[in-house]
Amino acid sequence: MASNELTRRDMLTVAAVGTGALVGGSFSSEVASAAEPAKTGSGMMDISLRVNGAEHRLSLDPRTTLLDTLREHLHLTGTKKGCDHGQCGACTVHIDGRRVNSCLTLAAMAEGAEITTIEGLGDPDHLHPMQRAFLEHDGYQCGYCTSGQIMSATAMLKEQWGESDAEIKEAMSGNICRCGAYKNILAAIRQARKA
Amino acid sequence: METFTFSRAADPAEAIMAGAAASTAQQGAEVRFVAGGTTLIDLMKLDVETPKRVVDINRLPLAKVERAPDGGLKIGALVRNSDLAHSADVQRDYPVLSEALLSGASGQLRNMATTGGNLLQRTRCIYFRNTDTPCNKREPGSGCSAIEGFNRNLAVLGTSEQCIASNPSDMNVALTALEATIVIQGVQGERRVPIGEFFLLPGDTPNRETVMQPGDLITHVLLPPPHPGARSHYLKLRDRASYEFALASAAVVLASEGGAIRHARVALGGVGTRPWRSPEAEAALLSKPATRATFAAASEAAVRGAKPYSQNGFKIELAKRCLTSALATATA
Repeated sequence: MASNELTRRDMLTVAAVGTGALVGGSFSSEVASAAEPAKTGSGMMDISLRVNGAEHRLSLDPRTTLLDTLREHLHLTGTKKGCDHGQCGACTVHIDGRRVNSCLTLAAMAEGAEITTIEGLGDPDHLHPMQRAFLEHDGYQCGYCTSGQIMSATAMLKEQWGESDAEIKEAMSGNICRCGAYKNILAAIRQARKA
Repeated sequence: METFTFSRAADPAEAIMAGAAASTAQQGAEVRFVAGGTTLIDLMKLDVETPKRVVDINRLPLAKVERAPDGGLKIGALVRNSDLAHSADVQRDYPVLSEALLSGASGQLRNMATTGGNLLQRTRCIYFRNTDTPCNKREPGSGCSAIEGFNRNLAVLGTSEQCIASNPSDMNVALTALEATIVIQGVQGERRVPIGEFFLLPGDTPNRETVMQPGDLITHVLLPPPHPGARSHYLKLRDRASYEFALASAAVVLASEGGAIRHARVALGGVGTRPWRSPEAEAALLSKPATRATFAAASEAAVRGAKPYSQNGFKIELAKRCLTSALATATA
């Protein structure tokens, strides 16, 4: 999504959180420097995050992970919490185009980066080719791991992996599907790669 | 997770100053640097790590892989595992390192985890990670739950009566075989520590894992120039084919000439309390022909003195087979 476009969901998010989210605006960082740590009377930090092209200004406990920020503060609940310890991949998002586990990233660490979630990848009217491929190949059963699978798969296609099924499986091993839809996930990724 | 203050270091000096305020850089450190966060944030969620202060070092200019003047490689501490694994220099001259990195964790975690952070990766011993159980590494003097408990994944080399936790890193095993040097900036300036001296044996102080002191910041890892004609390989054996820690692994660097091995560096992973260099295996390889018999003898030498516990005795045989196979692949 281009940075000056807003999806309906983004608009809803902005309205719902009411944190004064701005589009295309920029904030100077208010994170303290290591030389002069912030006074922490309230224990909260002002953090700006750029998510799916929209800037959000938030007041957060420093302990808040990027995952919890997305779900609980920005109400972008497409990103899922599975294990919360970097072992399942359900929380996968893109930071500056690279796939990461948002559960092991503090929100404050992601300040200044371009964060993309499943909501920023496509929407029901404009599906990303990977989303369409997952639909066409039934690449899920319960669907809980699916957004993480899709975020991981789209980033993986830009990484240095070979063409074989074995390479796709290896590249996707950080995304666990408890239902065991791996066969169809593999087929979906194979198709999306050709697209 | 316990509360902490979060700040961002603009330059190494700022980070070092912040870190120097802690009483230790080992278990229980009040100040922690965060880079990838893949170990630290995980352990903070478990209350195993409870820093009062977290200093984000991600903006320090330490994310480059450069050729060193001596023909070696200078790797910035913030180079991500995935970038290091795919570096053309590493793939050409130090394939064992690329293979080790790509065998570890997942695509997501490798995009996050850094070179410096991986050097400080913590054990996966379940008792270390569970604050409800005694653990001498986490809480000195409380006892070791693993020696009589679930120790299938733990060490058989370098253990003590206080701790048998294994070092879980793949990267560190390759760096050990490559004889890397760790560059550390601290309050006293810069020092260079050979990787063989960087990790400490548990002994009576398993809470102390490395030579890191308060304020110390790993800035680079140096690799010596590739040994002429050497071939290298990393083999990792585990319970599943991907995204799993090693039960046993082997990193080998070998060069042969005139039908005999002239250069041999061997390190084992998954079986030691630290990345396990084996001078015994290296001595058994030198000047010998590259044959199965030689490799088997070297593998025997590598595990001599290994101590099995109630569930992990199989690792001794597994490590031998792992090393034999890695040596065969590197010389095939």
